[in-house]
Amino acid sequence: MCVTCGCSVDRSTPEGPADRARAGARRGSDDRSRPMHDHDDGHGHSHGHSHDHSHDHSHDHDHDHGHDHSHSHDHDHGHDHSHSHDHDHDHSHSHDHDHDHSHHHEHRHGDGHDHLPEPRRSDGQGGRARASREHVLQTAILAKNDRIAARTRGFLADCNALALNLMSSPGAGKTTLLERTIRDMQGARAILVIEGDQATACDADRIRKTGVDAIQINTGTGCHLDAAMVESALHTLQPGQDVLIFIENVGNLVCPALFDLGEHAKVVVASVTEGDDKPLKYPYMFRAGSLVLLNKVDLLPHVPFDVARFVDNARLVNPHVEVLPVSAITGAGLDSWYAWIRTRDARG
Amino acid sequence: MPPMHELGITQEIVAIAAEAAGDARVKRIVVEVGRLTAVLPDALRFCFDICSEGTSAAGATLEIIEVAALARCLACGSEHELDQPFGVCSCGRTEFDWITGEELKVSIVEVHGCA
Repeated sequence: MCVTCGCSVDRSTPEGPADRARAGARRGSDDRSRPMHDHDDGHGHSHGHSHDHSHDHSHDHDHDHGHDHSHSHDHDHGHDHSHSHDHDHDHSHSHDHDHDHSHHHEHRHGDGHDHLPEPRRSDGQGGRARASREHVLQTAILAKNDRIAARTRGFLADCNALALNLMSSPGAGKTTLLERTIRDMQGARAILVIEGDQATACDADRIRKTGVDAIQINTGTGCHLDAAMVESALHTLQPGQDVLIFIENVGNLVCPALFDLGEHAKVVVASVTEGDDKPLKYPYMFRAGSLVLLNKVDLLPHVPFDVARFVDNARLVNPHVEVLPVSAITGAGLDSWYAWIRTRDARG
Repeated sequence: MPPMHELGITQEIVAIAAEAAGDARVKRIVVEVGRLTAVLPDALRFCFDICSEGTSAAGATLEIIEVAALARCLACGSEHELDQPFGVCSCGRTEFDWITGEELKVSIVEVHGCA
């Protein structure tokens, strides 16, 4: 449901539980039908009152619907004005405008219905030529990415495929880990790899040498894979049934966390040659992962890395995250990683 | 141009605004950015002029409302405003229900009227 107006169809991507919770928290139990207007200065007032003004103008907002909506208005201006609202519900807002306006609020909601409160001016001037219009959208900025990711998820479900998105800083050992994983698991099932790097096809070439099909995506100036890139890669790869797909994201502990690729799980790869405080320094990434692989544990005798502190830090950021210490070189701990993949398979 | 996720996000903001504006020119765009999104408002501003150039959003004002990260402790129910996507409650627990902070949306597009 659109939390803005309460309408049942929402063109934009549905907002998360956080949005709904917030809308609920702000709303009194008795004012569900009351539009909320937020202001940058944090004040709001409720009115069905009128003010004496040097000039008056009134707006009629003809809202014949019971809904909530929120506005934020931030206009610089030289005068205040009052509105008298003819409403079947009251709402609160204050507008400060420096323009002599006929103000046209167009609230565009998910189902495409528009509310066009017609301005009415007591001074008899039309002013419509100077009107500006507001579209209240509440559109998720990543809506397009998320729509494509949802489509990919459906496609993968049809193939009964499992897709895992591997993310790490550059040099944590993602590609080496994948080479080893493919060699160890290859007999058991078909595997495909989507490789993301800013430039070169080095990683896809390395993966192909293991005998599986891989496609390289070069993101150019981009710092992460997005859902459209992965959808396009899948279109090229044409995965068969029951395939295991590894998506090796661009080495970066910031941006990839934000983009849903349609994968089943995000796996964060960290290594003991990085600091054990990495989860605290890059909390968004560690928060996004369903699993953390702590790679290069064969180097532990040579580096001042505290595994227990790393696990504590990872769980501070992501309380239920599983952390598996592994070495792609010696094979230590990899059985747990393969078991985790099989568990995901069973769930999928 | 520096690689950053804010670049792609700004391109989306411009596309959403241009679509909402139709044939009109965009005067003002209001976006809400939660503190949990790892999106930097300054980086959006940095990208906006470049991304909007040649579009109906060129010259528009980009207003960014930063939404604080508000968390409710799952153990004791107390609420905390945090600067980062994790924390330790006064009761010692670290699991939270995140009430706000994950917003990333275009809330308002204001367009110029006909001349």
